[in-house]
Amino acid sequence: MVLATTRSIALVGMRGRVIDVEADLADGLPGVRVVGLPDAALHEARDRIRSAVVNSDLDWPTRRITICLLPASLPKAGSQFDLALALAVLAAAGDIPAGPLADVAVLGELGLGGRVRAVRGVLPAAMAASERGIRRLIVPAANAAEAALVGDLQVRGVPTLAAAVAFLRGEPVEESDDATEGVTARTGRPHGRQRADVAAPDLAELVGQPVGRRAIEVAAAGGHHLFMVGPPGSGKTMLAERLPGVLPPLSDEEAIEVTSIHSVAGVLRPGEPLIRRPPFQAPHHTASVAALVGGGSRIAGPGAITLAHRGVLFLDEAPEFPVAVLEALRQPLELGEIAIARSAGIARYPARCQLVLAANPCPCAAPSGDQSCTCLSRVRARYLARLSGPLLDRIDIQVELLPVAGADLLDNDGQVEDSGTVAKRVLQAREMAKARLAGTAWRVNAEVSGHELRTRWQLPRRVRHFADMALNLGQVSARGYDRILRLAWTIADLAGHSTPQAGDVDEAVGMRMRQQVAA
Amino acid sequence: MRVKDAVGRYGEQRAAEYLQERGLTILARNWRCGDGELDVIAKDGDVLVFCEVKTRSGTRYGDPAEAIDNDKIRRLRLLALRWLASNKPGGPIRSLRFDVVAVVRHSDRVTIRHIRGAL
Repeated sequence: MVLATTRSIALVGMRGRVIDVEADLADGLPGVRVVGLPDAALHEARDRIRSAVVNSDLDWPTRRITICLLPASLPKAGSQFDLALALAVLAAAGDIPAGPLADVAVLGELGLGGRVRAVRGVLPAAMAASERGIRRLIVPAANAAEAALVGDLQVRGVPTLAAAVAFLRGEPVEESDDATEGVTARTGRPHGRQRADVAAPDLAELVGQPVGRRAIEVAAAGGHHLFMVGPPGSGKTMLAERLPGVLPPLSDEEAIEVTSIHSVAGVLRPGEPLIRRPPFQAPHHTASVAALVGGGSRIAGPGAITLAHRGVLFLDEAPEFPVAVLEALRQPLELGEIAIARSAGIARYPARCQLVLAANPCPCAAPSGDQSCTCLSRVRARYLARLSGPLLDRIDIQVELLPVAGADLLDNDGQVEDSGTVAKRVLQAREMAKARLAGTAWRVNAEVSGHELRTRWQLPRRVRHFADMALNLGQVSARGYDRILRLAWTIADLAGHSTPQAGDVDEAVGMRMRQQVAA
Repeated sequence: MRVKDAVGRYGEQRAAEYLQERGLTILARNWRCGDGELDVIAKDGDVLVFCEVKTRSGTRYGDPAEAIDNDKIRRLRLLALRWLASNKPGGPIRSLRFDVVAVVRHSDRVTIRHIRGAL
């Protein structure tokens, strides 16, 4: 056999594309050529796979080797094809049977010693393989649990090149050393869950801040974006960090989606093969546009907004972010998706996250709040004005937090609700919203269009009196009015009301009133 | 004579014998000019063959044929032209060919690999 084929998977954004890998041995001076738009890392594969083969006590064919990756037009990058390349060469040389190799897909990076190292994006790659009718997959042992999340695939995790060769030859594979350890460590789910639970912050740790707590609860129940203004130490960051803890756990479909994203980004935590908890991303305010929405050369990688998909994107000190960065968020927030074009193609990433902004009321950030502020009124106005109207317009809940009083901090008698209690109410409210929105494209109140709210679910005049007044007095914009209606429905869901009552609308108006200060 | 050269001589001898067994006619061996040396010049029917012989003791440093890089290829082509300028191959020549013979001396045996039209 001088020609052998196998398959691998290349990722363009979140989408996996099946790649045919062909190896041909010809007469001529010994050497290796890799063709089919390889990048630098793939070119280096020549050296890696040769060393790996020789160090696995296998023969490297001294022939003119041509390795081709098809479709040639698709740019291929990275080292995840190493194992496929090595196996194709060995099959072409007749060292392993070519038949079994032709109907599997292979992923894995090779070390010089023949060790198969973990790669990124195994889950989306496995899904792409499954969609294309591939039934068997060979992956690094460390990625086996991740690949096994795709149900109808036969996944084989291999720790070394020698193990992959033995498997394809149908020889018994010795279950030994650290290789199998890697698999059990990563599939050990109870361990992973425990650790995640320990790390999760709880609302019970938070003192006072009834307004902030309520805002978090309403935001979680309706999926609303949230903006908090308050002096340092008023608990903005603590509140934001506790939002994921009161959100309902991810559904099966969402969990796969989120896990795929984190797999592509290479930030999947060992011991947590499937992410069940809504993710939380808190980029620092020096973050660039690329860091936030995604970027990179050739093919763009995911940014913080994508890593926060189905979870929370928290921008602390929001006015300190460069304006360009904040403005870049607007479009993905609206569409729930971001498309980034680079030289080698357009990568699309999901970006449906809940945005939480926090800001000090002014640059001097006096801890006791506005009484001791030393800023000029002009400076104060300019500070929050950095958050543009169009961005704030998309944020349903805008609340002002007051400094925590000493009495609250010291006389805390432990009578505060924990995240579990709040999460239960949130879940109930979400169920109510889901039942009402059944048959529409919307899942949570925050997504419902204003038009529908004003027609299909119109509220009686006496109930919306307070909101109408705010609109007529010019205290809220027409868009702000729709936001009030959305909030009112969420508040009603939380209270168990089948439609919003006057009190629910009044509270909703209260959660919007900050707008005049900022916009 | 250094060991390295002795190994090379031995390899060239074995290579020449091998080529003769395969029906090639040896025209010259170790032909030198100011630019270097051609190991074997032979005729394979009506094809003129310039042959580079590479010899190694064992494959620790890789296959001998891998030692032929682009510089070496350029030099061999130049040397072939030099040889043609000053010699008559004797008889009609249809085409030229560059071969490589890789000789590996293992502890118990010798392997010879003939790569036809290598360059």
